[in-house]
Amino acid sequence: MRSRREFLKDAATGAAMLGSSAAANAMGIGGMLGQRVQLAKSSVIIARDSQLHSQGASKPDEKRTLDLLDRAITAYTGHANPVDSWKHIIAQKRAQNQVIGLKTNGLGGQGISTHAVLVVAIAERLQQAGVKAGNILVWDRNARDLEACGLTINSNPARIRCYGSDSAGFEDAIQNWGTAHPRFSRILTRECAMVINLPILKDHSGAGVTFAMKNMYGVVERPQDLHANGCNPGVADLNCCPAIREKFWLTIGDAMSSVYEGGPGFRPEHLWYPNTLMVSDDWVALDQIAWNTIEKKRAEAGLATLEAAGRPPRYIATAADADHRLGVNDPKRLHVVEV
Amino acid sequence: MTRTKKALTLGVFVALVALGAIAGCKNRSIATLSSGMDAHSNADPFPASGVIDGWVKTDETRTYKADDLWQYIDGDAEQYLRAGVVSAATSGYKFHGQLEAVVDVYTMKDAAGAQKILETGLTKEAKTVALGDEGTQYAQSVIFRKGPALVRIVAYENTPETSQALLNLAHAVEAKL
Repeated sequence: MRSRREFLKDAATGAAMLGSSAAANAMGIGGMLGQRVQLAKSSVIIARDSQLHSQGASKPDEKRTLDLLDRAITAYTGHANPVDSWKHIIAQKRAQNQVIGLKTNGLGGQGISTHAVLVVAIAERLQQAGVKAGNILVWDRNARDLEACGLTINSNPARIRCYGSDSAGFEDAIQNWGTAHPRFSRILTRECAMVINLPILKDHSGAGVTFAMKNMYGVVERPQDLHANGCNPGVADLNCCPAIREKFWLTIGDAMSSVYEGGPGFRPEHLWYPNTLMVSDDWVALDQIAWNTIEKKRAEAGLATLEAAGRPPRYIATAADADHRLGVNDPKRLHVVEV
Repeated sequence: MTRTKKALTLGVFVALVALGAIAGCKNRSIATLSSGMDAHSNADPFPASGVIDGWVKTDETRTYKADDLWQYIDGDAEQYLRAGVVSAATSGYKFHGQLEAVVDVYTMKDAAGAQKILETGLTKEAKTVALGDEGTQYAQSVIFRKGPALVRIVAYENTPETSQALLNLAHAVEAKL
């Protein structure tokens, strides 16, 4: 693990920070459709607050969540000020006066969905960074998933908007990449200039682990078509599609609470509180760290490894292979920065 | 007068018989509807509001065929499909206006399929409870099977009342299966 100082030093040189895709585009080599260029190392910010959930509370503390987000984002960008950090992030996609999407995950129901308090914190900082409320669009598969997060449906453009692909619809055209032939949500293709990925960390009965890359199953019309063989290579192929690569970039992973067994649904008997946010633009690296996190907890609980349980998340290695090149899964090439 | 009295008495009697017949028909109608619901209890095993003390049914029941199950539980549908799920139904409940819970009823092809799901993910904290053919309980959830039906009830908070309240709800669902 590297220190914050080492990380910031790398950030200053641009080696570790702000996105393989952004860097690749700047270098003129990002045109390899749907593929990220692997840099030498990939960084994952892990921000943790053991007091995030006060004694006996099932919901994280609002103020502490905002502080945790600020810590994570400032570490990610290298800016001391959170608002400056957000301005920097928005500028990377030239999205200052455009719609910025926040893609949540409410599939698991209200017990294990992206926390509304995190969404609210991000929306607050985005507005402080100059984004109009109506240009913030919180979205997911459908209204039910959004409500499971504790969010309220709203299409009034004077306020932060929040609605699902069920009301916005899907493109008629199919995009093809490997085994993936999805129709994408029109929220992604037509409304958003950039989208921030807000998954929640969970065990997954088919894929092993669901976090950054698997959350993209919630932006297509028929995710069930991609579930074969433990979602491998479905996850990797889907994440190579241009619609995702062009709009998504940053993941702020919600690991404030999680299920380490029985997911992706809510299983209170397997609920635990990592009290963590994980931030990176390398989603493969994030998912590798997520896998490690789930395995560690499973071991503590006396459960078999995901490999022994017959569901290792093989899609992570596939996403890192030469055919996909979506990021880095080699532990030697990962920089984990804890703040 | 006597004839008039007799006629009036007869008229009142006929009227009473007629009213009784109408009332009887109404009662029969209610009874018929009730038995109709019972006959289709596999399609609607969800207790109505007020049937169990403190519990209110907060949602319309949503049902999913096997092919559509992914719309409800996405990737988790795979394990249910492998176990032979035919359909699923779900509804939200609230206890004393505060504790929220969800009831899922999966209808499998056979009892073996229900058993397979029941056994998945059991931990040493699971407590055996007398529900259906087999049942287990955790602090915030109850799962049991009865014939080909697999029922999972999950609460979103752990309060001192949660465990018993869930058990009461589970018994009411069981009675409707």
